[in-house]
Amino acid sequence: MSLELNVEKCMRCGACVGACPVNAIFLKEHSPAVGRGCTECGLCVNICPVGAFSLGGE
Amino acid sequence: MNIDQGDTLEYDVLVIGGGPTGSTAGRFSARHNAKTLVIEKRQEIGSPVRCGEGISLSWLEELEIKDISPWVRRYIRGARIYSPSGHVLEIIEDIAGDEVGSVIERDMFDKDMARLAAIEGADFMVKTAATGLLKENGKVVGVKAKQMGKEFNIMADIVIGADGFESQVGRWAGIYEAIKPKDIMTCFQYRMTGIDVDPDFTHFYMGTRAPGGYAWIFPKDEVTANVGLGVQLSRLNGEVTPKEYLDQFIAGHKGLRNGEAIDMVAGAVSVTHPPERTVADGILLVGDASRVVDPITGGGIVNGLKQAKIAGEFAAKAVSEGKTDVEYLKKYEKLWRHRLEDKLWRNYMAKEKAMLLDDVMYDKIIDALSDMDLRKVRVETILEGVRKKYPELIKEFEDMM
Repeated sequence: MSLELNVEKCMRCGACVGACPVNAIFLKEHSPAVGRGCTECGLCVNICPVGAFSLGGE
Repeated sequence: MNIDQGDTLEYDVLVIGGGPTGSTAGRFSARHNAKTLVIEKRQEIGSPVRCGEGISLSWLEELEIKDISPWVRRYIRGARIYSPSGHVLEIIEDIAGDEVGSVIERDMFDKDMARLAAIEGADFMVKTAATGLLKENGKVVGVKAKQMGKEFNIMADIVIGADGFESQVGRWAGIYEAIKPKDIMTCFQYRMTGIDVDPDFTHFYMGTRAPGGYAWIFPKDEVTANVGLGVQLSRLNGEVTPKEYLDQFIAGHKGLRNGEAIDMVAGAVSVTHPPERTVADGILLVGDASRVVDPITGGGIVNGLKQAKIAGEFAAKAVSEGKTDVEYLKKYEKLWRHRLEDKLWRNYMAKEKAMLLDDVMYDKIIDALSDMDLRKVRVETILEGVRKKYPELIKEFEDMM
């Protein structure tokens, strides 16, 4: 599993940054980046108003 | 001001975030003779707008705001609340009404709050981000900052975190409390034009078309409005996005479906109870960063401004007395809680109850209320009205009456 961000969809609103319970998402030059500590809980996938995150992989 | 790599700036009070709460904290801090700087990571104060722009005007006196002409776009006569099957509750506001009142130009509003701060002597720096806290012996003494590739330090006796829903200052300071998914609303909005909706009312649509939240139409002119919707995060599973819920809502609304979207806005708000802590050594949090958004409406500006005035005045006083330790700063927490906490808790409890309603219950409640002449949005009035028509519904709410 891995968390992927579709930057074409991303509106840089920060919803994922604020919702991340482990502080693993931060705004890098105004667009989100996933850092260390991600537990792949999926909250950012759900909160994203435009569905820019996905938990991919086999 | 010109910044060079490696500079060190010195201030009494540093505000992180140039939204309306940050500017207002800076305004009142500067007024009370603290040397104050507000930094904003975006290049323009107020833009891009992330807001529905509906706001009451009942707080102007408290915030000492005399001229609202720079940012009021439209005065609103009242609110209409729609049940899932189409019952309508119309609330005509008193002049000093509480929850509706006007639709504003939020970018102009934010700039006006900055203007008021600058008049008092606050400095501003845009396109300037805080990248971390500077600490000495465990106490925050400033921040590391970055502006257009140049890194420098800003020292301050007190740092005010006004950095919104996605606040980093609170996390860096170790006073971050994760918000429960049920207490987060994730939102999507279009600016639509060429629509056919009563432009003298704000419109709120309840029920499962916006699960756990509501859809809104806030008119900007006769044919233009902010059309948006918020969904409770815990009711999303990654399959239907808030944008898709909004697209469905618009497709099902005959006054909207032929309109044109000319802007898109995304974002999230907390609709939670007041947090345990909003201070640390050398740190105060204000606004959305301190979770004072109204849990019923999702509106954050009015509470944030009232709290920011308290924060700014308090920060200046603390600096002048040389007391910036956490024990002293807890007095700020006491002050803002005294002003805001009772209503925040009451509305949080009301929101928790409202979350239990399904579409059938919303229909019954709004049907019952539409028979009443409601002059003001008050939880007690609403519950009394429901009790008269559907006594069985009110059991859930009885402890609030």
